[in-house]
Amino acid sequence: MLKFLQMGGYARYVWPCYALTAAVVGLNIHWARRSLRAAQREARRRLAALRAAS
Amino acid sequence: MAWVWFHRFGSPPHFYRLATRLAPWFGWPAALLCLGGLIGGLALAPPDYQQGDGFRIIYVHAPAAWLSLMVYVVMASAAAVGLIWRMTVAYAVAASCAVIGASFTAVALATGMLWGRPMWGTYWEWDPRLTSELLLLFLYLGYMGLRNAIDDTGRADRASAVLAIVGVVNVPIIHYSVIWWNSLHQAPSVMKFGQPTMPAAMLVPLLLMLAGFSAYFVALLLTRARGELLRRERNARWMAEALDGAAAGKR
Repeated sequence: MLKFLQMGGYARYVWPCYALTAAVVGLNIHWARRSLRAAQREARRRLAALRAAS
Repeated sequence: MAWVWFHRFGSPPHFYRLATRLAPWFGWPAALLCLGGLIGGLALAPPDYQQGDGFRIIYVHAPAAWLSLMVYVVMASAAAVGLIWRMTVAYAVAASCAVIGASFTAVALATGMLWGRPMWGTYWEWDPRLTSELLLLFLYLGYMGLRNAIDDTGRADRASAVLAIVGVVNVPIIHYSVIWWNSLHQAPSVMKFGQPTMPAAMLVPLLLMLAGFSAYFVALLLTRARGELLRRERNARWMAEALDGAAAGKR
């Protein structure tokens, strides 16, 4: 296990790469969901305004 | 026949429903493919005879770099379709691409730097491949900046589409940079004609990661495009329909 974590001496290059990629993969999921929810909230507001006007 | 498909695909309510249904069918397989690729790449693949375990950076670097290019091509193609046929769905797709593409271009650059340090002895070199990839990041950032600077969504769509289409010349430059010029960067080992220059135990995990990242991108794109469609919509009836679907727990 320790040998695996040491990555043949390249640990300080390999693991930051994986950590950064994992972080960006996770962030993109979060950002995509947040963007959709924000659009839905905004659409609901506009819809309410349209209905109030008619 | 093809035109019926084209028109149905171009209809916002139809696309919205389809995107809602399809996203999990890309998201979950993406997770499985990446899991398989990670196990294969980190544990099962043998160390490289020159780079030892350092070569394992390829399993995140290459998929990120692949996305940086594929997302740009999708963005520019969608922008062109939007500009030519004034298709709202296409503009929504194009606008959804930029953040995803920019973030993975940054990942490709950063992981490339971390790989370059032990193997080339330097984090950065003004090398054709590295420089053209950096230019790609600036193209994405320029696209996002331009959109942010224009308040009217329709005008932002058209102006940013022109930028995206012009910038597409950079894509073949990035891909062929390692062939056209002397570069520190290695030549392609997968995306080329003929046999890949990698043994199967190294290649299969890489292909799994590439497929996984592609499917993951489609899932992100479908989710974002739904939001972008709602932002562009003026038709109260289908907006209500789409939002009621969301309220009923179909997300």
